[in-house]
Amino acid sequence: MEETFNKILERYESEDGNLISLLQDIQGEFGYIPEEAVYWFSEKLDIPPSRFYGVSTFYAQFHLKPRGRNIISVCCGTACHVKGGSKIAERIQRELGLSGEGETTEDRRFTFEVVRCVGACSLAPVVIVNDKVYSEMTVDSTSKLIKRLVKEEEGAGR
Amino acid sequence: MQEDKLRKVVVRVCIGTGGLAAGGKAVIEAFKKAINDFCVDAEVDFTCHYQKVGCRGFCARDVLVDVVDRGKSVTYQGIKPEMARRIVLDHLINGKPVEEWLIDDSYYAFHEKQKKILLKDCGTIDPEDIQAYIDVGGYSGIKKVLSEMSPQDVISEIKASGLRGRGGAGFPTGLKWEACRKEPGDIKYIICNADEGDPGAFMDRSIIEGNPHSVIEGMLIAGYAVGSNHGYVYIRAEYPHAVERLRLAISQAMERGYLGRSIMGSDFSFNINIKLGAGAFVCGEETALIASIEGQRGMPRAKPPFPVQRGLWGKPTVINNVETLSNVPYIIRNGAAWYASVGTEKSKGTKVFALTGKVKNTGLIEVPMGIRLGEIIYDIGGGIIGDRKFKAVQTGGPSGGCIPASLLDTPVDYESFAKVGSIIGSGGMVVLDETDCMVNIAKFFLEFTQAESCGKCVPCRIGTKRLLEILDRITKGQGREGDIELLEKLSNDVKLASLCGLGQTAPNPVLSTIRYFRDEYEAHIRDKKCPAKVCKDLLTFYIIEEFCKGCGACLRACPAGAITGEKKKPHRINAEICIKCGACFDVCKFNAVRKD
Repeated sequence: MEETFNKILERYESEDGNLISLLQDIQGEFGYIPEEAVYWFSEKLDIPPSRFYGVSTFYAQFHLKPRGRNIISVCCGTACHVKGGSKIAERIQRELGLSGEGETTEDRRFTFEVVRCVGACSLAPVVIVNDKVYSEMTVDSTSKLIKRLVKEEEGAGR
Repeated sequence: MQEDKLRKVVVRVCIGTGGLAAGGKAVIEAFKKAINDFCVDAEVDFTCHYQKVGCRGFCARDVLVDVVDRGKSVTYQGIKPEMARRIVLDHLINGKPVEEWLIDDSYYAFHEKQKKILLKDCGTIDPEDIQAYIDVGGYSGIKKVLSEMSPQDVISEIKASGLRGRGGAGFPTGLKWEACRKEPGDIKYIICNADEGDPGAFMDRSIIEGNPHSVIEGMLIAGYAVGSNHGYVYIRAEYPHAVERLRLAISQAMERGYLGRSIMGSDFSFNINIKLGAGAFVCGEETALIASIEGQRGMPRAKPPFPVQRGLWGKPTVINNVETLSNVPYIIRNGAAWYASVGTEKSKGTKVFALTGKVKNTGLIEVPMGIRLGEIIYDIGGGIIGDRKFKAVQTGGPSGGCIPASLLDTPVDYESFAKVGSIIGSGGMVVLDETDCMVNIAKFFLEFTQAESCGKCVPCRIGTKRLLEILDRITKGQGREGDIELLEKLSNDVKLASLCGLGQTAPNPVLSTIRYFRDEYEAHIRDKKCPAKVCKDLLTFYIIEEFCKGCGACLRACPAGAITGEKKKPHRINAEICIKCGACFDVCKFNAVRKD
């Protein structure tokens, strides 16, 4: 882990205002912001850990807990909402056995998230799996999609 | 054969947001493969140029593909990768375009009432090639500015054009620039606000993805006018394609000498940095955005001082939205009078809207200011899906309101929208029909603003929370007499007392839905009924026996196991197990499942 920290530190331009970029870089490497990283960088850069915590909890992009291998997001922007986005979100939670947004399955295969508009409103409602956008979804097609993803993960033995 | 050897074919594929999601990249690959396969076999020889273009607007018909052959261009709609082979075979080899896949009348109707200034180049030039932008007149604006205009000339020109901020507030752009120019100091900043956070709006993303150089040129001109040598683009990290295109565009502009030191041999220098937003709606607010670039929590502060006085790092700063900046090169190129000839007295030029929701033709449209709302929904949008009844159009996102059917004659301009209790905002237009519940819509927006409130000031932090709680209980059938009046009072208090634009506008969706749809609120509170049949706590699902064919579709669709019944015999829903998800209602082909 420390090796990666050093790599990130090399890329870091020590100028005011780069804390967010640093956090983005850390999350890019680890998928979340590990506690160790906060203390390590805090010491190296002489920035109090409280500032790391303050900034990383303010922005929706940062995660303080590890996430699943696959991120399934449902868009709940206005256009998706009026076309049934919340029903789709409910169904995904049910299929994955999760009780709320931002949760990860115990086997760390899937994390379920709700996002606020991805700007694909003409294709509403949309579901995003990792980076792929699935458009004009229904509860039924979402259910099939999730079942297929679960099967693929099982098949790959991950 | 001689003629064929010289034959040049262009396959132009939309890879805007919609095009990509609909499989634009796969379509290009499929064309490459099909042309390779067939043309070797059939000994047909031509050179094919694959052109990727940004959003062409009509996202409902994606993927849109132009095939240009022997100077004649035709457009196909709804193209999937597997369709490429037939187009290549019939059209390019046998010379007969595939009629049934060509665009139809609705495509022309969609475009007839639009006026494209910004989006004209968006769907035709390759956004990854600076030369494509230069070929259509790109960077001639900055050239003109540097060679024959003083900074004050530029400001006068922008003022004369009547351009107003397209991010929401509609502040005159020229005045903003002038105020910043007048501030003392050598260091000033230009910030392009690309933190497009309104749900239901995607025009800034489409402009950056489709025509990134127009934004860069706009920033350059702003920099020259204001006396700034440094620009930032604050863009959402959720828009990876836009970020990628912008980076590429900046590096190409550097190479060509449009960015950097002594631009085009003048003594004007300008650089642009990209800052990625990290997902906070409030950062669309100017002072919060500045805090975020400075690496802080993105919390707004009281104004004045305004950013043009004390902005980024305490220096005078102009913050303009993407669409605003993208307009600038076109104004300089064609003159203020040309721009001001479009639009109304106080709202000049065009506005880009994201037309979505329950209209037939969804997509990105650009219309002259002053067009009637009804023209957008019925002529451009083609009316309501399934020919259901139009109910309202929600404009301006979480800061806006709902405009009902009786006001479809409202002209689209800043003042008229304000008069009917909404705003143009960044340009989201979500069309609602009779199956949408207005209380639910108000609750949806309050959920959003309540979650996005930064928490700094009490009226917004606690006020939005209380508003949401009241709306929530109304939709659950626990509304009380007096709730409507309480909502109105609280809304006005939050508007008056909040620190920034987020809180000052957050109650708008509540106020405008009460204003035009008070009866729906009353039905929820007094009769415990949701007239649009959306609020699930007020609904029961049941099956009408004589309509049920016993096909079992609902039984298979039910995720809760609440439906029982033998094949070919009427099924039943057990109300105690039913989670009211509506899956059975959606799958029933015989109209046997009802909700009430």
